[in-house]
Amino acid sequence: MSIVEMIERLGALVLDSIVRLGDFVLFLLGSVFYVFIPPFKPRLWIRQIRIIGADSLFLIILIGGFTGMVLGLQGYSTLRRFGSEGALGTVVALVLVRELGPVLAAIMLTARAGSAMAAELGSMQASEQIDALTVMAINPVQYLVSPRMLAGVFSFPLLTGIFDVIGIYGGYMVGVGLMGAPSGAYFNGIAASMTGHDIMISIYKALVFGVVVMWVCCYKGYHAERMATGVSRATTEAVVLSSVLILAFDYFLGSILL
Amino acid sequence: MSQPEINHQAAAQTIETAGNGNAVEVRELRKRFDHQQVLDGITLNFPAGQITTIVGPSGSGKTVLLKHLNLLLRPDSGTIVIDGVDVTKISGRGLDAVREKLGMLFQSGALFDSMSVFDNVAFPLVEKTKLTREEIADRVRETLQAVGLDGMESKFPSQLSGGMQKRAALARALVHSPKILMLDEPTTGLDPTRTAAIHELIRRTQIDFHLTVVMVSHDVPEVFKICDRVAFLHNGKTRLNGTVDEVMAADDEIFKRFLAGKASGEANETALAG
Repeated sequence: MSIVEMIERLGALVLDSIVRLGDFVLFLLGSVFYVFIPPFKPRLWIRQIRIIGADSLFLIILIGGFTGMVLGLQGYSTLRRFGSEGALGTVVALVLVRELGPVLAAIMLTARAGSAMAAELGSMQASEQIDALTVMAINPVQYLVSPRMLAGVFSFPLLTGIFDVIGIYGGYMVGVGLMGAPSGAYFNGIAASMTGHDIMISIYKALVFGVVVMWVCCYKGYHAERMATGVSRATTEAVVLSSVLILAFDYFLGSILL
Repeated sequence: MSQPEINHQAAAQTIETAGNGNAVEVRELRKRFDHQQVLDGITLNFPAGQITTIVGPSGSGKTVLLKHLNLLLRPDSGTIVIDGVDVTKISGRGLDAVREKLGMLFQSGALFDSMSVFDNVAFPLVEKTKLTREEIADRVRETLQAVGLDGMESKFPSQLSGGMQKRAALARALVHSPKILMLDEPTTGLDPTRTAAIHELIRRTQIDFHLTVVMVSHDVPEVFKICDRVAFLHNGKTRLNGTVDEVMAADDEIFKRFLAGKASGEANETALAG
């Protein structure tokens, strides 16, 4: 391969990446734009909030509970070495609210709702259902993507809050109930150390993760290749990319909001 | 008997004189994907109130042409006039207004899996009109009756046979009273009996609903029994275009090879590709 050919290929690759990135960003802007453009379809919003939010509630409670229990167990055994068992509530609550709550809730929602969303939209693309909407003069982004985006923004912070609360009680059950950490100090420590800023960090992160997960999963599903492997590939890519972006955004948001 | 139009780069002139009475007019339509010229100057008329079937070997551009006619794709060059509107020069709401005149039956049916037959058929009315629930229910029942699916309202697409799915999809395409019905290989995956029944249904529907029908089909020559005109595409160009009798009588070697391949059940793609 000559140098000119190599440069040509590299140029084509860069141009293709820029076009894809532009398409990706325009998809987000379009889906947000159409949230504010009539016709408004509250029944679609409510349906998606039920699918993303209510239907994921049990999973969030389960994972939140176990995460808190692990934190209670490990936190107690670590803090006891320093004679600081009284700080268990503070440690569990701050770790959950500032970090683990938003991140784990978002990853679980990606696995449960995001993957299903990518597969559903991919399947609709493969079976021409998205084309059918276009031919019926119905904007598919407005009909399919914008309600999911809105539902994500609404559901993620709520589910993250539930995850945090259940996690704190999970930590209490194990740390105080099983391991014998002082009961009063657990919630007093939380009340003394937790600030509104900590809670806002959790909410900001959940909001951003909600947009990122819905954006990536809808984009991947919407642009799935029209074949069975296309749907499975889109679903895998949606979950992987969402998870990576959640962790990347977690770091950047953590740096900004510290 | 007059000869069909045979594309010797003169079709564009032919169409200028065709003007009135056409529901859809396509002029010098070109479309390229990457390095492949899929449509290479297609010029065609689709007369109002008639069934025109687009046939041709795989890769000849049939489905891509239909995707231009139902406004899913934009051409690189050329014009498409639908019901007097040049759709290549409009966008947004203008396109939506034209789309509301179209009904489309997709190859896969494209019924929404999560909705019942009733909800699928009612969908265009619920989303695009201000009709009351009762009016919508009446329209849906009438349309389902017209396609022979009365009593199936509560079934889901997965509970229907292939033929029934096509009928339900046809009902959805018809329920908003379009002027032009487009069909993309409506009998794909159906056995010969069901194929004949769908063909008959298409003809009856076209008469009952006073429709212009544009159909892409691979059911050659069976589909010729129900259509008025045939357009034969080859290598992205219109090779033959005329009434069924005209096209069948045409002295065109490639079309004869295509017919022979279809009739004998052979793909014969290699020979046709040249």
